Amino acid sequence: MTAPFPFSAIVGQEAMKRAMVLTAIDPAIGGVLVFGDRGTGKSTAVRALAALLPPIEVVEGCPVNSARIEDVPDWAGPVSGRIISRPTPVIDLPLGATEDRVVGALDIERALTRGEKAFEAGLLARANRGYLYIDEVNLLEDHLVDLLLDVAQSGENVVEREGLSIRHPARFVLVGSGNPEEGDLRPQLLDRFGLSVMVTSPRDVETRVQVMQRRDGYERDTAKFMAKYGAQDAKLRAAILAARARLPLLKTPDAVLHDCAALCIALGSDGLRGELTLLRAARAEAAFAGAKTVTRAHLKAVAEMALAHRLRRDPLDEAGSGARVARLVAQTLP
Amino acid sequence: MAPQSPPLDATARARAALAVLALDPIGMGGLWLRGRIGPARAAVVAALDALPLPVRRIHPSIDDTALYGGTDLTATLAAGRHMRAAGLLAAPAALMLTMAERAPPALAARLALHLDEGRSCLIALDEGEGAEETLPAALAERLGLFVDVSNMTLQDAQDIVLTDDLAGARARLAALGGLDLAGVTALVAAAAQLGINSARAPQMAARAALCLAALRNLAAVDTGCLRDAAALCYAHRALIWPDEDDAPPDAQNDPPPPDSAPPDTPPDTANDADRPQALPEDIVLEAVRAALPPDVLERLAGARAARMAKGGSGSGARIKGNHRGRPLPARAGRLGGGARIDIMATLRSAAPMQALRGAALRRGSAEQAAGQEAGAAPLRLAIRPSDLRLKRYQHTSDRVLIFAVDASGSAAFARLAEAKGAVELLLASAYARRDHVALIAFRGAGCEMVLPPTRSLTATKRRLAGLAGGGGTPLAAGLKMGLEVALQTRARGMTPTLALLTDGRGNIALDGSANRPMAEADALALARALRGAGVSALILDIGQRPTPSLKDLAQHMGGTYLPLPRADAQRLSGVLRAGLGE
Repeated sequence: MTAPFPFSAIVGQEAMKRAMVLTAIDPAIGGVLVFGDRGTGKSTAVRALAALLPPIEVVEGCPVNSARIEDVPDWAGPVSGRIISRPTPVIDLPLGATEDRVVGALDIERALTRGEKAFEAGLLARANRGYLYIDEVNLLEDHLVDLLLDVAQSGENVVEREGLSIRHPARFVLVGSGNPEEGDLRPQLLDRFGLSVMVTSPRDVETRVQVMQRRDGYERDTAKFMAKYGAQDAKLRAAILAARARLPLLKTPDAVLHDCAALCIALGSDGLRGELTLLRAARAEAAFAGAKTVTRAHLKAVAEMALAHRLRRDPLDEAGSGARVARLVAQTLP
Repeated sequence: MAPQSPPLDATARARAALAVLALDPIGMGGLWLRGRIGPARAAVVAALDALPLPVRRIHPSIDDTALYGGTDLTATLAAGRHMRAAGLLAAPAALMLTMAERAPPALAARLALHLDEGRSCLIALDEGEGAEETLPAALAERLGLFVDVSNMTLQDAQDIVLTDDLAGARARLAALGGLDLAGVTALVAAAAQLGINSARAPQMAARAALCLAALRNLAAVDTGCLRDAAALCYAHRALIWPDEDDAPPDAQNDPPPPDSAPPDTPPDTANDADRPQALPEDIVLEAVRAALPPDVLERLAGARAARMAKGGSGSGARIKGNHRGRPLPARAGRLGGGARIDIMATLRSAAPMQALRGAALRRGSAEQAAGQEAGAAPLRLAIRPSDLRLKRYQHTSDRVLIFAVDASGSAAFARLAEAKGAVELLLASAYARRDHVALIAFRGAGCEMVLPPTRSLTATKRRLAGLAGGGGTPLAAGLKMGLEVALQTRARGMTPTLALLTDGRGNIALDGSANRPMAEADALALARALRGAGVSALILDIGQRPTPSLKDLAQHMGGTYLPLPRADAQRLSGVLRAGLGE
């Protein structure tokens, strides 16, 4: 497997890159939804992000990437107990994946050959402590969407089927991408994503030419290209790690909390999830910027991506909910 | 400005596409081959032997086990021990997807994912007929080359033979290096003019241009290569045509980048001005136009709505499956992919062979009797993999007809009574077919849901009779409610169809103000939203005489437009039924 396209070599698409960095700093923000045209670098960015993130420590052979030996679920086969470091998992969830593949199922092979009732872990187990990437999330089957909602919310996957009763941790950041022209996402699932960004193709020829040149450089001589952008990626990784360390020390003044609430009331977004996400994203943004205190400026910077998808939908509004948020932010938080 | 060689004709394009694909199958992603089975298609498929990858045929209903590998249930049953089958995607291959227009979104997504890994290429044999049947967008996006063989003759087919020196070209391709800035800029600019927003298209065109230069034994990519590469890679992706559409939404309309043009140059030549080696863009565009099948623009636009309709839930009129619905005859097949076994049919097909198989079994077990477990029960039934029969069901999703009736003053005086009569007649036939019906009326400043989706004939008739006319025409508001109802009903698994009865003089905007231009803009935007949602629509012009703007609206909606001559309700209903495709 060749090295994925480096994150810092992606031209433009700042909002998408920023949203992904923020969830890397604080996974509790809860996932990114990337909506936009085909061929705008959505998949590239997700795969690049995985390579960018620092490796995680896992117990070797553990199906759910446990960090400590005592966390390894008892249904897993014997593990060596060695702690190894591996890249942050990014698991693709293909459209139309069966429920078996997603949640796991009876291990047919062992059932047939040895007559044992054993559990074969699914994609949710493999995504634990990492990212679950769903391309064309808006075309996903309804029953899978419901299932993902449940697991994403509880952080735990419960399997009760075929005589098995299994539960295992499944804490992952959901990254979804899709093309809104081909179908919408149910509001319940939309709300479950922490941040949402719209990506569009660059409008000017120069940027497009730059995109092509970068891609060409990457394909022609991957090693050289990686060397060129590897340093930038490393810098970004260091910044993310520093921000993670800074996050718990960050001060959040009451005024910012007040702003959060005022903004959400003005937008009429349902539920408290919007406020919580907005605050978390603002904190991550502040940590990334190296600030000691969250300010209104940080809040403004992330308001659009944290709230745009929580507004009540307007069928006429094709790309406009972002603009609505921006307008209200300007009004509510001068 | 003259091109160095004449533009390619259809067969030369097919040959060039095949040669390019043979040179760089992974980089090009693959080939979209449109056209029915015939000598021309056969010739193209035969020429695929030149590909450096083994060709593997797959079909639209292929299941995960065949693609990714897994337990081979049939072989396991036959052998009595666990057997694994390797998936088709395990090894690099040129995947040939037959009947690609029938590929479900789930398969398209898996193949797209696989193509992104960059180990295989895909040849999609698209036998689609008309605008509705075409390749899933996820695949069309990733396949670099497009060849349309639907209009080729037998003579053309004989010309499709690869004569190029591929080995030499491969060596030359490696030596060529990359495309220079001028070439890249030309390709990107041409893509922008054609409304191609994807970054994949120009990348693939650049690769194609390099391959063509290698094939033609050139030292560098020249204008001819760029032109032909654009013809191969852009024709099927073009969404707008610069000549016909004065407002391309892309680069050409934006203010020129700061470093590009002297201030006196008009914006649409700005990109030509700063190009080191000015490329006659018209030539590139002309070549793409020549490669463009006549109806391709409508087809692509229509395909979106059609694809959406398939991708959504429960919107196909008839859905075959193996889970629920009316049972169909069982079918022989392999287990897997969620199929359920039809025990009765399986037993029935195994029954005639029992005597024969029993004899064979007794012989076999006599020979190796000793080693077996003592308590093994004697076999009473011998069932072979070929006996397996799978259950199949077909269920029809309920249809809901949403009538959006213009009850404004202008329509009331013209034809409202007739429209009511037509709706009533249609109701009767809807009742017979157990369709649901919803009724929306718009007049004055807004619109109201006269009747939510129902099957009650009497309720509908009563509400319809009580429908009053008068006031302005809030066409946009009516469309908006129609869209909302359509989406709601679809979420409940029904297939919505919107029938709009209006005289087309929308004069109230969505916000309730009497502003005609804004009202028209709102109506058009909603029409596009309807198309995007894949709702099939029908516009019935009930004005005194046909209104051209309604025809335009129907086009934006991707629906049918029917101007009505003065007619009685019976005829109106007949037209409606014909328009709804019954």
